[in-house]
Amino acid sequence: MDKNARTVAFRGGGFAPRGRAWVGFVVFAVLLGAAEWGTRSGLISPLTLPRPSDVVQTFSELYASGLLFAHLLPSLSRLVVGAAFGVSVGISVGLMMGLFSLVRAGLVPLVAAIFPIPKIALLPLFVIWFGIDEGSKYALIAFGTFTPTVVATYTAVDNVDRTLIRMGQSFGLSWLSIVRKIVLPGAMPGILAGLRISLAIAIILLVAAEMLGAEYGIGAYILEAGSLYDLERLFAGVVILSVLGVLVSSAIGAIERRVLNWRT
Amino acid sequence: MELRVDRVSHSYDGRKVLNEVTLDVPEGQIVCIVGPSGCGKSTLLRLMGGLEEPASGQVQQVGEAPAGCLNPLTYIFQDFALLPWRTVAGNVALALEDHALGRMEMRARIDGVLARTRLQEFGKALPRQLSGGMKQRVAIARALAVDPAVLLMDEPLSALDSQTRELLMDDLITLWTKTPFTAVYVTHNLAEAVRLGHRVVVLSRRPGEVREIVTLDQPLGQRSYGDTDLERTQKHLWGLMRDEAMAADAELVSG
Ligand SMILES: Nc1ncnc2c1ncn2[C@@H]1O[C@H](COP(=O)(O)OP(=O)(O)OP(=O)(O)O)[C@@H](O)[C@H]1O
Ligand SMILES: [Mg+2]
Repeated sequence: MDKNARTVAFRGGGFAPRGRAWVGFVVFAVLLGAAEWGTRSGLISPLTLPRPSDVVQTFSELYASGLLFAHLLPSLSRLVVGAAFGVSVGISVGLMMGLFSLVRAGLVPLVAAIFPIPKIALLPLFVIWFGIDEGSKYALIAFGTFTPTVVATYTAVDNVDRTLIRMGQSFGLSWLSIVRKIVLPGAMPGILAGLRISLAIAIILLVAAEMLGAEYGIGAYILEAGSLYDLERLFAGVVILSVLGVLVSSAIGAIERRVLNWRT
Repeated sequence: MELRVDRVSHSYDGRKVLNEVTLDVPEGQIVCIVGPSGCGKSTLLRLMGGLEEPASGQVQQVGEAPAGCLNPLTYIFQDFALLPWRTVAGNVALALEDHALGRMEMRARIDGVLARTRLQEFGKALPRQLSGGMKQRVAIARALAVDPAVLLMDEPLSALDSQTRELLMDDLITLWTKTPFTAVYVTHNLAEAVRLGHRVVVLSRRPGEVREIVTLDQPLGQRSYGDTDLERTQKHLWGLMRDEAMAADAELVSG
């Protein structure tokens, strides 16, 4: 071998995220293990952070007393109803904005004006409009998911390959067929990406709404625990939220794998 | 059915792209259109298929489309334009779904064109699993499925490597010899033009005008790679094109 020869150094690779679910679990486990060890050894005072095993204990008591579902079910139904409403209206309006220049011209400034409003600030208004009960909570979550969904949808429609649309026209497809078979599937990656953000926002708003006025619900549970400075229960509530977040995100991941299996 | 382009002119933003183009696409023949880059070939094809309206002049279809024809003027695009989320069969079906065909006829049409383009085994494959040449064959299958009266092809082979191009040219010739179809074939490749064209229309640089229409009499099936007659025609075409291409090139430099 020539002694002047060297192997060309590899410098490609990376920038290609791949599914490695276990890494997430390892990160969780390490953090929890550290917290458990810290609280047991006295390095972390119980006033700063509850012991993870105590949180698990509290959680199982919550489950045994039946209170878990008393809090979880109302929360879930608020989340589902509110988000379903906000997302479906958001996708429809976003499609309209993507397809008709008049609708777009009319609504883009409006959406830009609504987007930065912290929706929770409007809760008193929603209470007057939709009642103190479930109505105002549905409305808050719906409104909060609506704006990011709209923006994601019309940007996604913009990004649909125009040559595919021309192709559809050249085969004489009807307008409705073009929208249903070309525009909508083509916009699906963008819509689903938007959905991830919308649903995370929905969970945040759910808790906020329940903190401001609800007897049952995870938000109410967390608020109560917080005002009593009951850190174990506070964290049990937070864990429920995190699990909810992970579940929602993996559900969207599953939908993406099914619906977007055509992507390279 | 015949297609007739009658003194068509077109401009974009006040800049003339096509000037008084007149040409005929007789039934059962392939008309190739060649010309320097940017002379308006793609524009002309869009005008011929009704994807755009000419500023002046008109495009006319003469005679009736054949029986069973679902979409008289059908395009084959340079970048294939396949829906990535549909299978090969699904992409062909797309062109048929808006027509009230029975299940049986739909199936028969899809199977028929997949067989004609040698794609029977790939009906369930997704576009991302196919090579470029296969993708273009799917696009050809989709176009044939509607029994077009005139096929409008815009550089259908230029996204492919030269070997695949040769094979696909043979495919097109075989398809044509089995059942002659009418086609307009835009290309910048003169070898393709003399292999596939019954007529070759040479356009000048922008604004595109018809410089010459060359007729080739040799039957398609008898033309082969490296034929001396064809070479001579190709040289003649290149002679016509070269000045235009050079002038077009210089124009871009001087703005
Ligand atoms: N939609 C459009 N809007 C404005 N200008 C356009 C449009 N389409 C084409 N043009 C311009 O018209 C001229 C002719 O374009 P066209 O695509 O028809 O040329 P072409 O002969 O097909 O070129 P090429 O060989 O590069 O494919 C070009 O200068 C192009 O920039
Ligand atoms: Mg072109």
